Order: sequence, then C-alpha cells, then structure tokens
Amino acid sequence: MSRLHEPHPYPGKLIVVEGIDGSGKSTQLSLIHRWLESEGYRVFFTEWNSSPLVRRAMRRGKKKDLLTPSTFSLLHAVDFADRLTYRIMPPLKGGMIVLADRYVYTAFARDVARGVDPQWVREVYSIAPRPDLALYFRVPIDVSLERILSGRQKPKYHEAGMDLGLSKDPVESYRLFQGRVLEIYESVAKEFDLKVIDATGEIDEQQRVVRRMVQRVLRGIEPVAKAV
Amino acid sequence: MEKSRFYGRGLPYKKLGRLKGSLIVIEGTDGVGRSTQIEQLKPWLEVEGYGVVSTGWTRSPLLYETINEAKAGHELNVTTFSLLYAADFADRLENEIIPALQAGLVVLADRYMYTAFARNTVMGADPAWSRSLFGLALVPDLVLYLRIDVNALIPRVLGGKGMEYWESGMHLALGSDMFDSFRNYQTRLIREYNALAREFQFTTIDARLPIPEIQEQLRGHVRRLLRARKNGARAKPPEPESKPAEKTRSSGT
Repeated sequence: MSRLHEPHPYPGKLIVVEGIDGSGKSTQLSLIHRWLESEGYRVFFTEWNSSPLVRRAMRRGKKKDLLTPSTFSLLHAVDFADRLTYRIMPPLKGGMIVLADRYVYTAFARDVARGVDPQWVREVYSIAPRPDLALYFRVPIDVSLERILSGRQKPKYHEAGMDLGLSKDPVESYRLFQGRVLEIYESVAKEFDLKVIDATGEIDEQQRVVRRMVQRVLRGIEPVAKAV
Repeated sequence: MEKSRFYGRGLPYKKLGRLKGSLIVIEGTDGVGRSTQIEQLKPWLEVEGYGVVSTGWTRSPLLYETINEAKAGHELNVTTFSLLYAADFADRLENEIIPALQAGLVVLADRYMYTAFARNTVMGADPAWSRSLFGLALVPDLVLYLRIDVNALIPRVLGGKGMEYWESGMHLALGSDMFDSFRNYQTRLIREYNALAREFQFTTIDARLPIPEIQEQLRGHVRRLLRARKNGARAKPPEPESKPAEKTRSSGT
C-alpha cells in the first residue's frame, strides 16, 4: 500500500522539485528557499543522494563501475530512507516546511530507464509520504545539454547513462539516456499528478509561477518569525 | 517463463540464459551452526566433482563496510536496515550468484532473503514491504533449514562465541539485560523462521542433532537434488513439509 496516492497527515508541508539535469529545478528551489526564509518561515532542505550513510558505497560503486541497475536503485533508496528518517519526517511532523531537490519520482524515471521493473521501484519507495506540491520542470534535451555543457566540459558518467553502454560518446549517450528518462518522466508526471513547469522560460518568470503555487500550498501555515 | 524463476518481478534488464548450476540455501537463526555445516559441505561437494562457491549475508564487497559502520554507529532504523540488506543481496545476486549458476557451479548460500524477512518482521517492518524489496531474488533450488529452539540455542551460543549485541536484539530493547534480550529476540526470530519454513516449504533439519549427523542429512538432500538435476529434470519443486520431516526422523518441535 503506497502512501504516495493520498495526502499525508502531518502538519508540515513537503515541496519537491523534479526534472532532468539542466532543467533549472535546483535554481528555482533555492530561490524559493531564500524567499520563504525572508518571509520568516523555518525551512528544511534536503537533496537526492546526499546521505552520509551510503556515500562511501556509492562512491566506490560508481568509481569501480560495480553498480547494477538494481544496486544503483537500492543504494539510492537507502539514501532516501535515511534522509526520510532524519531530514524529512521530523520537520514535517513538527509543522515545518521541507524542500526536497528530487524525490521518489527521480527513481521512478531514472531507475526504470536503467531497466528495473517499474512496479518494483514503486514498492521500494512506497514508504514515502506524498508531497504537498511536486513540481516537474520540463525541458527539451538540447536545452538541458546546453546548460550542462556551458558549466563543465562533458556530462558525468552516470548522468549520461554511460554504465548502460548506449554510446561511447558521453554527449551522445546523455542524449539517448536522458531522452529515455524524459519520456518516462512525462508518464510519471501524469501518474502522480506532478505540476508541470515550462523550464525553457526565463528564471524570474518561472519563479513567479512557482511562488504562486507555493503560496497556495502554504495557506494556513504561519511564519515562525518575520526576518529583519 | 523467465519470471517463474524469480520470487517477484525479477531483473527485467538481465538475460539469464540457462542456469546450469544449483542454488542451495542454508537458513537458520544466529549460532545454529550454518557456517560449520557449509564448511563441511563444500569440500565434500568438491570431492564429488562439483565446482562450489559460497556466499554469505552482508558479505557484498559493495556494502559490507557500510553495513558494519552503520551497525557500529547505531544510526539505522528498520527501514534503512531492510534496504541495506536488500542492496547487499542484490549485489551478491548479480555479481556472484547468477554468474556462478550460469557457469554451472553449486552455490551454497549462507542465509538468503528469508533471513531478511524474519529479521525485518521482528524489527517491526511492514512484512509486505520488506518482502517486495526481494522481488528480484532467484528462487533457490533447495532451502535447508536448520531448526532449533531457543533453549537448545542458548547453551550453544554461550559455549561458543558468546552473546553478541545484534544477535541479542539489543537494538530493540527487549530485555533488561543481554540474556533476557537474547532469549526474547531469538524466540521471536525462530517463530518467524518456522512460519517461513511452512510457507516456503523448506527442508527442515533438526539442528539439535550432533554435527556429523546433521551433515549427513544435509548431504542426502543435496545429493538428491543434484542427481535429479543431472537426470535432466529441472529443479525439483520444493517438497511438502511433512515429507522431509519423516525422512529426517525429527524435524524439531
């Protein structure tokens, strides 16, 4: 029985952003973070694949290319469960705001693109509460690639799905793999009713749209203190 | 057809081909003597002419450090525990067990997903959830269950390496001291194992018997399986519980 299809019973609010790399979701979320704090809210932030518990195993697995689609998926699930325990549930139960950069939908898109069973990965993550607001930043591959390549030279190994052997060229592999991820994201967005944001627009325009949505979700939640 | 080889939804991205080898699982609670028996089974099988590998719980190169550290730091809860077990299992399944079976080896597994089912349930995980994690597991050809009761287990553990923190369930605060906790935790664990033995039709062996006698029984079951497989038959379906109980004279109480 998944908790992902019904509203959670906790007093806090959970807001998550989703999208492929280079969709601009992290930029948008950090602007939301700033804004909410300036409004006097207590805000907690958590990020995909950031728990110290599996950091070493993840690094080792990635470096030596030891990961299979299933272990890749399960390690991320451990990361998620650890952050759920320590970073998400306590503030949510305590009536505060949690911002998550990527959530279970990332696994539903990425892990399935790697070939794991869609139903299985949904069962694995059925421990997750449903967010109050889940934003999906939709962006074409070319735009995402352009944004990534402007920052660093080439996409990272796993980001490009190089472990799948789709192509020897990282950029081509990225195109193929993230193209698959994008397709799956679209169906995941429908299945879980993610709010789609056109991520090709200007940053401030997107932010205006997003703030309106956040405001609606936060109705009834009082700021702890107005910032000076 | 592929699917029936798996406990659940399996590994859709993986081509298994024919698995010529045999997957034999030894289950049973902590300190029941699994590793002693496996140590003796291995050379015997080799003398019989079989290639053998063994694999053990939380021994995956990818995760054993993480699991040990996390246990030492006591930062785990039932959810992360269950997932770490599953990740360890998946790593060994794909990198050790399946390649060995494809190469035609006999794989002796010291514990299998059933240990996770038993432990996770005792720790309070949602049983359906913790089982779903193992949907990727291959169904073993044979599960040999070393069954013991807690009263017989206690002197054995005390006379051996002693009671250990995790095996005593100290993380669950089940008793005022190590002994009480051990007894409570192992009682619950054994109850789970026994229920699993019925559900999954393990071949049960009375682990209170002397070591050589247990070994003899184990060899009998293994021999029958390997013979049946050699005779062209696919893996024999697990026998109903009553049958091996008769054959092995006593299946514990």
